[in-house]
Amino acid sequence: MSRYLGQRIGERDAVISGIGRSTVGRKLGRTGLSLTVDAALQAIEDAGLTRDDIDGLSTYPGITTASPGMSPNGVNDVQDALRLRLNWFSGGSETPAQLGAVMNAVAAVSAGLANHVLVFRTVTESSAQTATRRASVVGSGGDRVSGIMQWMVPFHAVSAANWVGMYAQRYMHEFGLTRRQLGEIPLNQRRHAALYDEAIFRDPLTMDDYLNARMISYPLGLYDCDIPCDGSCAVIVSRADATPGLRKVVRIDAIGSALTGRNSWDQRSDLTETAAHDCAKMLWSRTDLTVDDVDTAQLYDGFSFLTITWLEALGFFPKGEAGPWLDDGAARIGLGGEVPLNTNGGQLSGGRLHGYGYLYEACAQLRGEAVGRQVEGAEVAVVGAGGGPLGGCLLLTQDR
Amino acid sequence: MSFQALPEVTDDTAAFWEGGVDGELQIHRCHRCAIWFHPPAPVCPECLSREVGPATTSGRAVVQAFTVNFQPWAPDMQVPFVLAVVSVDDAPGVQLTTRLIDVDPVSVSVGLPVEVSFLHVEDVYLPLFRPVSAASGNGAVSEEGTS
Ligand SMILES: [Zn+2]
Repeated sequence: MSRYLGQRIGERDAVISGIGRSTVGRKLGRTGLSLTVDAALQAIEDAGLTRDDIDGLSTYPGITTASPGMSPNGVNDVQDALRLRLNWFSGGSETPAQLGAVMNAVAAVSAGLANHVLVFRTVTESSAQTATRRASVVGSGGDRVSGIMQWMVPFHAVSAANWVGMYAQRYMHEFGLTRRQLGEIPLNQRRHAALYDEAIFRDPLTMDDYLNARMISYPLGLYDCDIPCDGSCAVIVSRADATPGLRKVVRIDAIGSALTGRNSWDQRSDLTETAAHDCAKMLWSRTDLTVDDVDTAQLYDGFSFLTITWLEALGFFPKGEAGPWLDDGAARIGLGGEVPLNTNGGQLSGGRLHGYGYLYEACAQLRGEAVGRQVEGAEVAVVGAGGGPLGGCLLLTQDR
Repeated sequence: MSFQALPEVTDDTAAFWEGGVDGELQIHRCHRCAIWFHPPAPVCPECLSREVGPATTSGRAVVQAFTVNFQPWAPDMQVPFVLAVVSVDDAPGVQLTTRLIDVDPVSVSVGLPVEVSFLHVEDVYLPLFRPVSAASGNGAVSEEGTS
């Protein structure tokens, strides 16, 4: 098997030794820092560590005020609140999408810069939405738009729903995917949310509900879009050889962090492929496992179509065949199906934890702790987050 | 005043954002190897020559993907409208995100031939596109003219 970037697979030097998750919900009325501390302390305790063991801190995308509630906390306030004594830290958005903060932590551990890195992602978008929603539209404040946004926002393409909508439309045009087939994704997530009392939207969702919901940006309707929420997730990334006695370790078999195509939403020559395809190719080049070994997939569903992109990029079906594959619905992606998908309800029904809900859920599944929704015998999980030019994925395995 | 975000204009991007003053869609091109590229940059992405600059295109393009936006993302945003990624006919490999005007959303499809129609706001000429059959010329239109 050919190896990507030589022989060393440095991600195997690191493990996920603990996981934590705050209360997740709508308009919780709590500060981001309070939620972050809940998740962080839970993850540290879960790993069997203490605060004093944490010598690294990593987060995505760092504190930001540009979009209210998007990232209320960063390295600064979390380090200070917990008085962490750090050897290494990183917070920022120019990474392989949301999971880039995990990859940074893995790299730091593998390089010997830290032993136990606290990685967190916090959102308070639900609480922020009412008061300041209007301010969250780029360019609406009168400031000139620069960077990648300038090529979209001045034309009114202000939302990711627009950018992803165009990818979805092109895929439908090229391969005949229907809205009914696309609807299998949100319906699946809602079925799983019903099994998980921490999910936000748990009432049954029918195909009629889906098809009759108002259109947001054709072909994406209301139920193709995820729900803003408040919450925080944290994991501890530890040196694999610094974990004797740590209780429930999840191994990192391979990382996909590539972006070999254009770093752009509109310049890719094939508008049905994205960073997910680059990442998936890299991921499989770094492991002897194959897509057939995957027991559960936790894949980005900020918009339903992005999940299709990830499934296709990872090779769950041949290019262009999402539609017929999804016709089988629960037999493909349901609990007990071929590849149980987004078993926590995803972001569509569980809330937009912005990538980290999938990571938490994959770890819970591999540890056999997904009460009420456990995939029997789950040993290999794939996690992918991001859309368009943003992408990053992890192949995780049970400790063996 | 309806919603209208505007781009920051730099030395690299000025020809793209201001070319509409002459009714021209300007795209960057390499003087050495002749390829077209976008967004504009001070170096050819192919041969790395620094001898690059804007060149005039026909302003004709083809729809490669589209979406009909129904959600008012800002309080002063008029909906619905059609957004598209179009490929510029004589600039191979260059695609633009844009808004389509003078078009019935249900008649838009991949492959639809369109041509540029500039929307002049402040110092910027936004390259919007309209179906070729509905076009009456490439001239710049005023802000009032297309709102
Ligand atoms: Zn050149």
